[in-house]
Amino acid sequence: MGEVRRVGMADLAVGKEPVVLVTIGLGSCVGVALYDDQTKVGGLAHIMLPEANGLAVTNPAKFADTALPLLVKKMEELGANPRRLTAKIAGGAQMFRLAQPTEMMRIGERNTEAVLNWLRAAGIRVVAQDTGGSWGRTIELDTSTGELRVKTIAHGEKRL
Amino acid sequence: MTEGLSEFHYDVLREVGNIGAGNAATALAQLVGRPIHMEVPDVLWVPLDEVAARLGGPEKPVAGILLGVEGEAPATILFALPLSQAYTLLDIMLGRSPGTTSALDELEQSALQETGNILTGAYLNSLNAFTNLGFRPTVPALAVDMAGAVLDYVLAEFGQVADQVLLIETEFRAEGQEVTGYFFLVPEPPSLNAIFRALGVG
Repeated sequence: MGEVRRVGMADLAVGKEPVVLVTIGLGSCVGVALYDDQTKVGGLAHIMLPEANGLAVTNPAKFADTALPLLVKKMEELGANPRRLTAKIAGGAQMFRLAQPTEMMRIGERNTEAVLNWLRAAGIRVVAQDTGGSWGRTIELDTSTGELRVKTIAHGEKRL
Repeated sequence: MTEGLSEFHYDVLREVGNIGAGNAATALAQLVGRPIHMEVPDVLWVPLDEVAARLGGPEKPVAGILLGVEGEAPATILFALPLSQAYTLLDIMLGRSPGTTSALDELEQSALQETGNILTGAYLNSLNAFTNLGFRPTVPALAVDMAGAVLDYVLAEFGQVADQVLLIETEFRAEGQEVTGYFFLVPEPPSLNAIFRALGVG
């Protein structure tokens, strides 16, 4: 396994084979792993909110609509071809169930929708998805293979 | 919003916290029939990306209790603590000898939610006494998972308007056992200003 690069909450990173990109503890946040199979360039974003909605953005990695274009741009700088990118996404859970749910409680679902909409508009195919439920996920993108490992505390491990 | 907070605001928040902690200690002591001491060592703004570190890192198992707050200044409150600390708190609350609790079954879950309820109620009563804004807690919900995952909903709610979150540290002591828990107060955007106006420090 190559060098491990940690991606924090509301953060993103890119890397080339054999780098492994990791982000820990996705709840309602959505992890987006993009990959170019030919150049073995990968990118990972840990997205908190669907869109900036015209707010002054101090951290573009926080919002789906500002994080994803930045992620693609950084991957291009490493040699990736945006037309070859595929996406794997995980997270978007609802961790708490309140008796009187608010619109904000659906944030996981809304994050997932925002990511899928952006990817569709950008023509990036989603090849795997592990979203929803009520549990946290830790994900690892291996840029040597494009494989995304999804780990949980009580819901097993998946390889996407 | 956070830039506008002075040392005086923090003093007021600490005072609200300490009175709330005093009320909570009394309520908990009556429930368990033993003295319980509570303190608020600090009230602080923490950058979003450091919050999980306070609980031992984003992968650390934690218990989180989430409550909505209704009234003139709606908010969300999360009471979170590392799972190991939750076990110690339950030993205290359930009158068990230290080290007994090692899982969160139905009994432990409802005891933990009830504790969260009492603590939150005590803090809100204190805030009500200062502000008269009529804060009322809703029924609590519990999540036990990785710290990052339990926290991110609350951080996302706050993260729409700020990159820092208000954190009230709370220490519990009973018969030689000590637990530190963390309250995250997440006011809806206009609510923090309403709170400070009502406190007379707006």
